[in-house]
Amino acid sequence: MALLESKLDPATAVLDRTVLAGDGFTHVVARGQVFRIVDVEGNQAADTLFYDAHDPKNRYSAVDTVREQGNIYLTTGTKLLSTEGDVLMTIVADTCGRHDTLGGACAAESNQVRYALDKKHMHACRDTFLLVAACCTKDLGKRDITANVNFFMNVPVTPEGKLTFEDGVSGPGRYVEMRAERDVRVLISNCPQLNNPCNGYDPTPIRVLIWDAS
Amino acid sequence: MTESQLILEEPLRGGQMWSRVLRRGQTLRLTDLEGGASVAALFYNAEDPSERYNMPDTLKAQHIARLTSGFVLYSDMGRVLCSVVADTVGWHDTITGHGTARHGLAKFGEGTYQKLRNDWYRNTRDNFLVELGKYDLGKRDIVANVNFFVKVVVGEDGALAFVPRHSPPGGYVELRAEMNTLVVLSSTPHPLDPSETYQPKPVALRIESGVPARADDPCRLSRPENARGFALTESYFAGRS
Repeated sequence: MALLESKLDPATAVLDRTVLAGDGFTHVVARGQVFRIVDVEGNQAADTLFYDAHDPKNRYSAVDTVREQGNIYLTTGTKLLSTEGDVLMTIVADTCGRHDTLGGACAAESNQVRYALDKKHMHACRDTFLLVAACCTKDLGKRDITANVNFFMNVPVTPEGKLTFEDGVSGPGRYVEMRAERDVRVLISNCPQLNNPCNGYDPTPIRVLIWDAS
Repeated sequence: MTESQLILEEPLRGGQMWSRVLRRGQTLRLTDLEGGASVAALFYNAEDPSERYNMPDTLKAQHIARLTSGFVLYSDMGRVLCSVVADTVGWHDTITGHGTARHGLAKFGEGTYQKLRNDWYRNTRDNFLVELGKYDLGKRDIVANVNFFVKVVVGEDGALAFVPRHSPPGGYVELRAEMNTLVVLSSTPHPLDPSETYQPKPVALRIESGVPARADDPCRLSRPENARGFALTESYFAGRS
């Protein structure tokens, strides 16, 4: 855990938007700009993917990020690496302290496996990713949607190799802030999951903000 | 019960890549001949490669961060691509990805084909790109891979620790295809292996005929999630052989 508050004032942000649970968001964060995600009411999961805005094949890679920093959790100081080994984002402030790299996104199909076959109709993060990719980008589709970051989620691995889903370490108003190290497309699904106690069965809004390079 | 027939027996040299479509029910055994092997692997539905092995779905459906017998490899579509039906090694890594030319150069120095011919220094990512290219697949299709014979432990603080020479000589793992599955392998050094000498290990491959998971299969019964995963897989094949 490396808790660090930001000095940036929301009043000076160039973008300040609320993303409701079950909705998506995408935006190109220019190199040097700072991007913040706020867990407005606490224990929400912000499923997030990152792409080099000019070459989306060069995209966030959970396994490269985890291996190169030698730790599965993301927090202040973490460099979010791409499949080509480039730094897409650096986390520069974090009042939550731990973010998940392994749990991925919910999907209609994985919900059937995890919970019950009759859950197929329920809204899921992958649907949001696919819709936003199709409607708001020219170059992203199913093959580009890979293992995402779950900001504000706590998914520990035990020394015996078990994956567990623990109560959130986040809370109302906690945030994570990152600096773009190149022009980066951010793609978010604000998780609509209703089957998992991680969000108290009550998905809530997130807030996203961008500041220009100081 | 029908006897399984040997379909293919083939060496995978250290440094080599390999691919083949396993038909539903066929088994593939990988045997670590010398100990300390590292085989990176990717898996696709051969009928529609946009459906592929999905690390997070595999992990969260089974509450695991490693693979061993009794567990299965899920696709992004809620179906079982392969089951792990036998394993003497006990831990196969899912979370630390693979090495690139950049890793190889930093650790081993230069190992050109010009100088070393077929003992040149290969890396997993380039091997994957070559082998995937044969199916018109490429960078967009490379996802978080499985590392057979590799163990990387996660501490309570989240820190990773690579376990050197985890796999013993003769250790093996056996997969059974539950769908027609394109398997892509690369026997190349893992980037967390501290060895500074390029010494990729040979592995023996053996494919036999077989049938998909039966009603009493341990992989199906190991968790209620897997019972549903197999049901979805069988639904996909319903009405055809």
